[in-house]
Amino acid sequence: MQILLDIASWLLLIAGSSFALIGAVGLIRFPDVYSRMHASGITDTLGAGLILAGLMVQGGLTLVTVKLILIMVFLLYTSPTSTYALANAAYSRGPQPLLGKRESETPSPVTPENEPS
Amino acid sequence: MLHAISLGIVLYGTWLLFSGIYTPLLMGLGAASCLAVVGIAHRMDVVDREGHPIHLGWRAITYWMWLTIEIVKANIDVARRILDPKLPIDPVMVTLEASQGSELGQVIYANSITLTPGTVSIRVSENTILVHAIATALADDLKSGAMDRRVTAMEGPGPRRLEDMG
Repeated sequence: MQILLDIASWLLLIAGSSFALIGAVGLIRFPDVYSRMHASGITDTLGAGLILAGLMVQGGLTLVTVKLILIMVFLLYTSPTSTYALANAAYSRGPQPLLGKRESETPSPVTPENEPS
Repeated sequence: MLHAISLGIVLYGTWLLFSGIYTPLLMGLGAASCLAVVGIAHRMDVVDREGHPIHLGWRAITYWMWLTIEIVKANIDVARRILDPKLPIDPVMVTLEASQGSELGQVIYANSITLTPGTVSIRVSENTILVHAIATALADDLKSGAMDRRVTAMEGPGPRRLEDMG
């Protein structure tokens, strides 16, 4: 039984870490501020969610699991709020979004507007 | 008054879950601090439908379950786009109608849009939300209004605007 729980928890942890990693890759590959926010959204939701789920399996039916659930709830309320603040600020004062189709092997050429810092 | 009692119960429940040490001294201290917080919140005039939305009740739970499934689907979609060597994205900006009656409903809708990867709400105006989507397909999903209707249904009937809440 313990071994099954361990396997389930490890699968969840690995899946969560993979999504966090995919979010990081997207952060590098996407062309501008706004599209990069979508990539960080993956790390925020499924990445963090699956890692916490994996830890909950380790925690079992204890107060630790309750605290992990509450961490998840706080994360789900605060992360969209901060993303909204960032997006709103960027749209008001920062670079305007790059729109339209952009299928290419490499990201769009670096110009002063979208130069990664 | 109902909101104040419910806030007190929620706070004390949270205290008990976080502390895990059930001695009379700590439980008494917890009760005292919960009472103090409810008192301060009452004086700040934030114990209302908006600050403590108990009226959503079970409808909020079913909405969360639906939203979780949507978040997982959107995650897989965006993860595919990131891993695709061709990076198939075509970002668009769309303006959506928000049919919610209350500001709380609009916040829930805008936050739900941001929580699903691939769409971020950028600006919330009177009855519209400006959204940036990573692909036209995701923007079209939102335009179909399924999420909008669900948030409005969860919000249920009630005071339409903050000013009317009294």
